[in-house]
Amino acid sequence: MAAGHPTVTRDSYVPRLSFRQTVGTGFLALCMAGTMVGIVFLAVLLTDVWRDGVGFLRWEFLEAFPSRFPERAGFQSALWGSLWLIATTAMLAFPIGVGAAIYLEEYAPRNFVTRAIQINISNLAGVPSIVFGLLGLQIFVRGTIGIGPSVGGGFGRSIIAGGATMALLILPIVIVAAQEAIKAVPPSLREASYGVGATRWQTVWHHVLPQAFPGILTGTILALSRAIGETAPLIMIGALTFVAFRPEDLLDPFTVMPIQIYNWVSRPQADFHDLAATGIIVLLFVLLSMNALAVFLRQWTGRRYGR
Amino acid sequence: MAAESAATGGPQSALFQRRRGRQLFEQAIGWVLFLCAAVTVLTTVGIVLILVIEGLQFFGDVSPWEFFTGTKWTPLYTNQAFGVLPLIGGTLMVAIGAAFISVPVGSVTAIYLSEFASPNVRAVLKPILEILAGIPTVVYGYFALTAVTPFIGNFAEPTIFNAASAMVVVGIMTIPMVSSLSDDALHAVPQDLRDAAYAVGSTRFEVTTRVVYPAALSGVIASYILAASRAVGETMAVTIAAGSTPNLTWNPLESIQTMTAFIVQVSLGDTPHGTIEFRTIFAVALTLFVMTLVMNVIAARVTARFREVYD
Repeated sequence: MAAGHPTVTRDSYVPRLSFRQTVGTGFLALCMAGTMVGIVFLAVLLTDVWRDGVGFLRWEFLEAFPSRFPERAGFQSALWGSLWLIATTAMLAFPIGVGAAIYLEEYAPRNFVTRAIQINISNLAGVPSIVFGLLGLQIFVRGTIGIGPSVGGGFGRSIIAGGATMALLILPIVIVAAQEAIKAVPPSLREASYGVGATRWQTVWHHVLPQAFPGILTGTILALSRAIGETAPLIMIGALTFVAFRPEDLLDPFTVMPIQIYNWVSRPQADFHDLAATGIIVLLFVLLSMNALAVFLRQWTGRRYGR
Repeated sequence: MAAESAATGGPQSALFQRRRGRQLFEQAIGWVLFLCAAVTVLTTVGIVLILVIEGLQFFGDVSPWEFFTGTKWTPLYTNQAFGVLPLIGGTLMVAIGAAFISVPVGSVTAIYLSEFASPNVRAVLKPILEILAGIPTVVYGYFALTAVTPFIGNFAEPTIFNAASAMVVVGIMTIPMVSSLSDDALHAVPQDLRDAAYAVGSTRFEVTTRVVYPAALSGVIASYILAASRAVGETMAVTIAAGSTPNLTWNPLESIQTMTAFIVQVSLGDTPHGTIEFRTIFAVALTLFVMTLVMNVIAARVTARFREVYD
C-alpha cells in the first residue's frame, strides 16, 4: 500500500505521542477550570448574599412594611404582591399556553400559518423583557396603542395589568414546554382512542392531556419562577416601590420582591444594602421552593400515570 | 330496539341531533384553541405597533439622522440632545465585555460536559450551572455593586457605578446560555465521527478540537450570538451596576448608561406621557428590539444554513 504513496514512509510518521497527550491533559485541565468558574462564582455570590443579609433575617422582616428606617423596614407588601402577581400570571398563562400548545400539536394543519406561529413563538422568547413592559404599559395600564382614544381606560397600575404583562412574557416558555410534553405522548394512545370512536377533543382531553400533565405542570412552574424574579417589565408598568399595604384585589397597586430589592439597592446607605440582601435570601428561597415543587410534581405525578 | 331505529333514522332522530351537537362543540373547541395560539401573534403585532406608532411620533420631532448619529444624549435636561450613540455604545461595551467571559468559559464548560465528564458528573454539574441562569438579574446587580466593584477596586480605580462590574455579572449570567446550547450542539455530533478519528490514532484533545467542535460549529456560533443578544437586552444588572451616565467611552471603569437602563430611568421618574421626553423610551426600545431581533434571526439562520446533516 505504501508503495502507492512514495512520499509517506515509515520515517515520516512521528507520533510525538507523549507531547500530544500532555497537550490533551493541559486542555482537560483548562476545561475543568473553566467549568469551575461558573460554580465558584455561584458559591461566592450565595455566601456573600447570606453574609450580608442574615443580620436582618427574622420574622419581623416578613411582617413589616417598607420604612425609612432600615431596622423597621420589611417585606410584607412585596411578598404578598409577588404572590398575587404570580397567581394572576398563572391563571392567564396556563390555560392560554396549554391551549396554544394543544392547537399546535393536535389541531393545526401543516401549513404556512402554523409555521409562522411557531417561528413567532421562538422569536418572542428572545424579545428583551423590558419591551414587554412597554407593551403592558400601553395596552394593559393605559388601554391604548399610542394613537386614537384609550379603550376603556386600561387597568391602571394594578396587579391585573402586571399579571397580564407577565403572562405574555412567559407564554412562549409555557407553550414550548407544553408542546414538548404533548409530543412525548405516544401516538398509539391517540390511535387507540380514535379507534373506539372518540372525537379529537375527547382524545385530547381524556388521554393526551392526562399523560402530558406532569410535563406541562413542571414547565409552567419553571416559567413562573422566571416571572417571580422579573423586575424590568414591572418597573415599566409602574409597580410602585413604596407600598405600605397588602393588595386586596386585582385592581390594587402593588410592589413585588425584586422591585423592593431594587429600591433598597439603589439607596446609598449600607444598611439598606444589607436589607436588600435579606430580601434576596427570601426571594431565592421562594424560587428554590418552586423549583423543588416542580421536580417533586414531576416525580409524583409521573409515577401516578405510570410513565 | 328503539335505539336501533333512532340510529338508522332520519335527520330528526335523537342520535343525529347529538352527533350534530358534538360536531359543533368540536369546531368551537378548535377555534378556542386557535385563538390561544393567536395570542402570541397578537403579542408580536402589539409590540411592533406600539413601538412603531410612538417611535414615528418621536421621529416627527427629532430627525432619525440626529438620533442615530448624534453623540450627545441629554433628553431629560433643558438643553436637549437626542443622539442615541452613547446609549448604543454603552450597551455594546457591556455586551462585548460580557462575551469575553461567557464565550471562552461557556465553550470550555460545554466541551468538558459533552466530551470529558462522566454521566454522573454531568448530571450534577448541569443543573448547578442552570441555577446561574435562573437567579434574578436584580440579584446580579446587587452583587456587582456590593462585591464586584470593590473587588475591581483592588487593582484599578473604578467609579462606584462602572461598566466593568456590569460586564462581569452579565458575562457570568450568560455562561449557561453558551454552555448548554453549545453542549446540545456538541452532543448532536454522531459518535461515528469520534470513533473514526480515534481509529486513525487521534488523542481525545485532537478529536474534540479538530473533529467534534468544527462539526458542531453552527450550533456553537448560534449560542454565542444568542448570549450576546441576551446581554444587549439585559436590564436590571446593568441599571444597578453601570449607572446612568450616557457616556461615549471605551473605559470600562467609568459609569455609562445602556439603552435598557435609560428606559428604566425614564419610567421611574415622573415624565408625563405624550411628551417628547417620554417618547424617547419608545424610540430607544424600538432600536433595542430591532437589534435583538436581527441577532436572533442571524442565530437561527446560522443554525439552519451551516448545520451539517448527519444520517
